[in-house]
Amino acid sequence: MSETTDAALDDFIAAAAAALALSLEAAWKPAITAHLQVTLRLAALVGEFDLPDELEPAPVFEA
Amino acid sequence: MWAWQSAAHIAEAVNAGRTTALAVVEATLKRIETHDGLLNAFTALTPARALARARAIDLSRAQGKIGGPLAGVPFAVKNLFDVAGLPTLAGSKINRTRPAAQRDSPLIARLEAAGAVLVGTLNMGEYAYDFTGENVHYGASCNPHATAHMAGGSSGGSGASVAGGLVPLSLGSDTNGSIRVPSSFCGLFGLKPTYGRLSRAGSFPFVASLDHLGPLARSTLDLALAYDAMQGYDASDPVCVDRPAEPALPGLERGSTGLRVGVAGGYFKRGMSAAAQEAMGRIAKALGASGEIELPEAARARAAAYVVTAAEGATLHLDRLRRHSADFDPAVRDRLIAGAMLPAPLVVRAQKFRRWFRARVLRLFESIDAILAPATPFTAPRLGQQSVLLDGAALPLRPNIGIFTQPISFIGLPVVVVPVPLQPLPIGVQIIAPPWREDVALRIAHSLEKDGVALAPRPPK
Repeated sequence: MSETTDAALDDFIAAAAAALALSLEAAWKPAITAHLQVTLRLAALVGEFDLPDELEPAPVFEA
Repeated sequence: MWAWQSAAHIAEAVNAGRTTALAVVEATLKRIETHDGLLNAFTALTPARALARARAIDLSRAQGKIGGPLAGVPFAVKNLFDVAGLPTLAGSKINRTRPAAQRDSPLIARLEAAGAVLVGTLNMGEYAYDFTGENVHYGASCNPHATAHMAGGSSGGSGASVAGGLVPLSLGSDTNGSIRVPSSFCGLFGLKPTYGRLSRAGSFPFVASLDHLGPLARSTLDLALAYDAMQGYDASDPVCVDRPAEPALPGLERGSTGLRVGVAGGYFKRGMSAAAQEAMGRIAKALGASGEIELPEAARARAAAYVVTAAEGATLHLDRLRRHSADFDPAVRDRLIAGAMLPAPLVVRAQKFRRWFRARVLRLFESIDAILAPATPFTAPRLGQQSVLLDGAALPLRPNIGIFTQPISFIGLPVVVVPVPLQPLPIGVQIIAPPWREDVALRIAHSLEKDGVALAPRPPK
């Protein structure tokens, strides 16, 4: 998965904030962007791992 | 005189009539008042109910009734547990305006039914999204072994109060490591039970898929006493599994001989400080554990836990982020906002991966009884520290504290952290058992404690 460009991520954060009715102050933006970049990178690490279609997610989980 | 006594010793003394619950509780409250200024472990004391409860225990004994296994034992809880008459803060400023809890959480009620006495509530990282024990609203919980250092989080007060000799027993919560990290940094025994073992009802949640509750103590016997007292099905927590209580105490003295113990390799060998390596070496040697066990795709498991945490934590707090954003710790707020923006497929994918990882790790337990892994990569950092040097690279501190705990709680395995009393600061090792085998982890921890390899060290005066 390619790295999202800074401009694209800025647009995404603005659009997501509007869709979620979250009002963001400009000063928060760098930290939110940094956290989202880290989380997307980690999500990509999970996403690139092949899993069978039949595998059930584990939202309700028994150890 | 009761400050450093174990829960087991206190209960035995109260039940034998050598002291009273009232004397123990009065001494405890006094010690908290005089010593907590340095540690900042408590956010509220409950002296009226504690003294009334202690008097009731003493009256019951005077009437010839047999006391419980925790008779007169003072304990305290992370302030995300409901305590009747108090708002459940969960480390936040926002929750101060919540109505007071109507009743105690079931785990508090069960400990008190066994004779224990709640003396107060404990500091924690805001909404449990934390590994440091720092808190912008209430100040940091300080490490009793070196007060300029972190107690660990998010159950910071749970670690500081027990390691500082204020109480022998505390309760914390663990979503990604929040019992195990303070246990490691403060040099304590901590138990994160199997996911679904202990009721989470009456506690403020964080990540429903990953939240656990459990005890911290200075001995394995005290952990087992508390754990056994809290077991049992509770329909008010939909995750709590309906299975009979399986007390750990009866098998605690069985020793570790005959148990097959492996050392987590690969991912768990990287990024360890010299202290973590030393602690792992001592524990592995004492148990004769030489074989390495590879938990497949552990880095991905940690990543998936991170993703699930971000998304579910954000979901929980979305309305508060809309209405009270200025009242959050800014660091917590920004992480939660980022989590709210995660596209759904990435989160569902992480949940699918959890199923895969669980199946693969359970297979390992067909040929092994327990796995050792470091609890934290390093000893307690200094308060305010932002980065750490690992394998020659400067890395951001916060996200790296939980790298060894996150893959384990991700699939709900039971873990006992044992403290290794290194100088100048202790550090913990995880003893990881198969689901529902807390007894195995506690038994191994107890044998290490008896051999003197694991020990909750008393801080310098």
